[in-house]
Amino acid sequence: MTTTSNAVDHHDDHHHEHEAHMADIGNFGFWLYILSDCLLFATLFATFAVMSQSFAGAITPGELIDINLLAVQTAALLLSSFTFGVAMLAAHKKNMFQLWLWMVITGLLGFAFLAMEIYEFNHFAHEGATPQVSGYWSSFFALVGTHGLHVTAGLIWMVVLFFHFRRDGFSSSNMQRLSYLSLFWHFLDIIWICVFSFVYLRGLM
Amino acid sequence: MAVQTDLIKDPHILTGKLHWGVIPYTDPVVLPVMIASVLGGLALFALITYKGWWGYLWKEWITSVDHKKIGIMYVIVSLVMLFRGFSDAVLMRTNQALSVADEFGGGYLPPEHYDQIFTAHGVIMIFFVATPLMVGIMNVVMPLQIGARDVAFPVLNSLSFWLFFVGAMLVNISLFIGEFAATGWLAYTPLSGIDYSPGVGVDYWIWALQISGIGTTLTALNFVATILKMRAPGMNLMKMPVFTWTTFIANLIALVIFPILTVAIGMLTLDRYFDFNFFTNDNGGNQMMWVNLIWAWGHPEVYFLILPAFGMITEVVATFSRKRLFGYVSLVWATAVIGILSFLVWLHHFFTMGSGASVNAFFGIMTMIIGIPTGVKLYNWIFTMYKGRVELTASMWWVIAMLITFTIGGMTGVMLAIPANDFMLHNSMFVPAHFHNVIIGGAVYGYFAGMTYWFPKATGFKLNETLGKASCAFWFFGYFFAWIPMYFTGFDGMTRRLQYVDNTEWITNMNISLFGVALIAIGIGLNLLCIAWSIYKRNDPEYRDETGDPWDAPTLEWYTSSPPQFYNFGHIPHVDDLEPLRQMKKDGVAYQRPEKYERIHMPKNSWMGPVIGLLTLPMGFGLVWHIWWMVGVSFLAIIAAWFRFSFERDKDYYVEVEEVEKIEGEFLAANQGRSFTNGFDH
Repeated sequence: MTTTSNAVDHHDDHHHEHEAHMADIGNFGFWLYILSDCLLFATLFATFAVMSQSFAGAITPGELIDINLLAVQTAALLLSSFTFGVAMLAAHKKNMFQLWLWMVITGLLGFAFLAMEIYEFNHFAHEGATPQVSGYWSSFFALVGTHGLHVTAGLIWMVVLFFHFRRDGFSSSNMQRLSYLSLFWHFLDIIWICVFSFVYLRGLM
Repeated sequence: MAVQTDLIKDPHILTGKLHWGVIPYTDPVVLPVMIASVLGGLALFALITYKGWWGYLWKEWITSVDHKKIGIMYVIVSLVMLFRGFSDAVLMRTNQALSVADEFGGGYLPPEHYDQIFTAHGVIMIFFVATPLMVGIMNVVMPLQIGARDVAFPVLNSLSFWLFFVGAMLVNISLFIGEFAATGWLAYTPLSGIDYSPGVGVDYWIWALQISGIGTTLTALNFVATILKMRAPGMNLMKMPVFTWTTFIANLIALVIFPILTVAIGMLTLDRYFDFNFFTNDNGGNQMMWVNLIWAWGHPEVYFLILPAFGMITEVVATFSRKRLFGYVSLVWATAVIGILSFLVWLHHFFTMGSGASVNAFFGIMTMIIGIPTGVKLYNWIFTMYKGRVELTASMWWVIAMLITFTIGGMTGVMLAIPANDFMLHNSMFVPAHFHNVIIGGAVYGYFAGMTYWFPKATGFKLNETLGKASCAFWFFGYFFAWIPMYFTGFDGMTRRLQYVDNTEWITNMNISLFGVALIAIGIGLNLLCIAWSIYKRNDPEYRDETGDPWDAPTLEWYTSSPPQFYNFGHIPHVDDLEPLRQMKKDGVAYQRPEKYERIHMPKNSWMGPVIGLLTLPMGFGLVWHIWWMVGVSFLAIIAAWFRFSFERDKDYYVEVEEVEKIEGEFLAANQGRSFTNGFDH
C-alpha cells in the first residue's frame, strides 16, 4: 500500500467483496419472500380443501372443466419455464439478442396462459359458475385467480426488466434481478402443478 | 363514532359513501377529542413550518433508512397509540362501573359506540402498541447486538415502518370519519360480514390490518435475513445473544403466519365487496373457517409478541445480576420449542366449536406442554439472579414485576387449557383477565424493562431511575387491582364485552377494577413524565452516557457510542464468546483503538419508504369509502414510484477512513481509564 493505485485496487477488491456479500443477502431475502408466498398459497389451498364440497346446489366443476384447454394451458406455462431457462443460459453467455428472443417467447407463452385463463373464467361465469354462487367457486376463483395475478405481475416485471437491461446491459444488479424473476417464474410453475392436480384433476374426478 | 355509514347504497362517483353525516359532531365523547386532535395537529404543523423543521425532518427522519432512527419512530408512534388504547380502556371500565351502580343498567355509552371501543382497544393495543413497541426495540438493538451496520434491507425497513404508520392512521381516522368495527378485535364472521356489519367499520379494520400486516411481513423477512447473514465474524448461532435469538424465532414465526392473515382478510374483503361466500351463512360459506384461519395466525402471533419480551428480560437479568447468564443453551432451545409449539395450539381458542373430545384433548395437552419451556425460562432468570450481585435498577423492577405477574397469568392459562374447564369459562371475563395478565404482565413489562435498559443506547442519556421505579410500582399494583376482580366475575358467569352490567353483586369488583385503572393511569403518566424529565435533564452528567456502556454490560451493542454513530461500529470486533464485551473487558482489550480502520459502506436515505408507504393511505381510505378513482390513482402512483425506485442508481456511499478515525477517536477517548468489575469472578 505504498502507491495510490494500490490503494484504489484495494478499495476495488473491498468493493467487489462487498457487492458479492450484498448479492448473497439479496438472494437469501428473495428465497424468504418465496417462503412467505408459499404460505399464502398454502392458506388458499387449505381453504379450497375445506370448500371442496360446498357446492350449495350450484354447478359443479366436473360439468365445466375442459381438459383439452387445460392441457394446452398447462403446456404453455411449463414450456415458458423451459424457455426462461434457455434465456438464463443466454444471459450467462452475455448474448443480448438470444436473451430477449427467449424472454419474448417466455412472455408470449405466459400471456397465452393468462388469455386462456381469462377465457375459461369468462366461460365458467356464463355457465353459472361465478364466485358468488357457492363456497366452492369462491375458493376456486380466489386460488386460481391469485396464481393468475402472480403471472400478471411476472409479465409486468419482464417488461420492466427489459428497460433495465436496455440501460445497464449485463450489470451485476441486472443479472441478480433476472435470477429473481426466474426464481419467481419457476415458483409459479410449481404452484400451477399443484393447482392442476388438486383443483382441476380433482374437479374432473 | 356512533354514526350510520350504511345508509348510502349507491356510492357517488367522486365521494363514494362519504357524506357530512358520517362525521360524528353530535357525539359528546368524540367531539372534544376531534376538536383537540384537529387543533393539535394544525398547531404542530404550524410550529414545524414556522421553525422550518420540515427539511430536517425529511432528511434526518422521514427518509432515513437508519435502523436506529426507524426504531425510535416506531416507539414514538406506539406510545401515542398507547394513549388512545388506554383511553378506550378507561371508557369501558367507567361505563361498566357506572352501569352496575345504576339499578336500571345505565352507563353513558350507547351499545354501538361501546362495541367499537372494545374493538378499537384490542386492535390498537395488539397491532399498534405492543407490536411497534417491540419492533422498535428490535430495530434499535438487534443489529447492534450482532455487530451489523444496518439491517439486511434498510430501504425495505423504512417502507415497513410507513406501512405500519398508515395502518395506525386509518384506525385514528375512523374515529373522526365514519366508524370503526363493532365486532371484537378479530372480527368474527358472520358478524363482520356485509349482512350484519353493513357500515364501513369493518372496512377500516380490514385495510388498517392489511396494510400494517404487509409491513410486518416485510419486517420479519428483513430481520430473519439480517440475523442469518450479517452477524459479526466469529458469532456463530450459539454465540448469539438471547434477545437476538428470540427476535429471530419471533420473526420466523411472523414470516410464516402473516401470509395467513393476509389471505384471511383478503377473503373477508371478497365476501364484503364482491359477495363471495367464504364465511357467509348461506351458499356454502363456512364461518368456523374464519375462526380457524384467524387463530392459526393469531396464536403464533401471541408468541411473536412475547418471545422478544423474554429476550429483553434475559438481557436485563444477565447484566444486572453481575454474573453469567444461567443456562444459555436451555434458553435457546426453550425459545425454539415455544416457536414450534406455538403452531399447535390455536384450537384452544374455540374448544366450544365442537371438534370432538380427541381433537380438543390434543390441543389442550399441547397448550399445557407449552408451559414447560416457558417454565424453563423462568427458572433460568431466577437462577441467574441466584448468588448474583443483583442491582435493583428500574429495568430490574420491571423484570421482577414481570416474573410475578406473568407466572400467575401462565397458571390461569393452564386452567383454560383444560377443555372441560374451558366450556365453563369460554367467553367469560376470566378470559380477558387471563390474557391481560400475560400480555401486560409478560409482554408489556418486558418491553418496558427493555426500553429502560436500552434507552441510553438509543438516545445517549439514561431515564430517571426513581420515576421509572414509581411507574413500575403503579403499573404492578394497578394491574392486580384492575384484573384480579375480573377472574372472580368471570367465574361467576359475567361474559366479556358487556356494554352494561346489571348484576349488582359485582359492584365491588367493578369499583376495585376502576381503582386499578386509576393506578395504571398514574403509572402511564409517570412513564411519560420519566421520559420528559430525562429529556429535560439529558445533558446532566448523571443522565448523560459518555462511554456508550452505562450499565457495564456484557453484549456487543454497548461496544459503541450512545447513540451509536450512523455506521454503528468503527471496527467490527471478532466475537469469541457468548458475552463478547465482558470477555474483552476481562482481557483488557475493550475500547482499544484497532490496528487500522477501513472505509465503511453505507446505504443512502431513500424517498421510497415514505412515498410508497404514505400513498397507501389514500388507497386504504378510498377502499374503505368506495372512492374508486382515489384507489386507482394511488395504486398507479405506487406502481410508478416502485418502478422509478428500481431505476435509482445512487443508493449507497462510503464513509472514508479519515472520518471514521476522527469520530472513533472521540468515542475511545471517553472510555480511557475506565475500570470494569462486572461479573469477572463468575
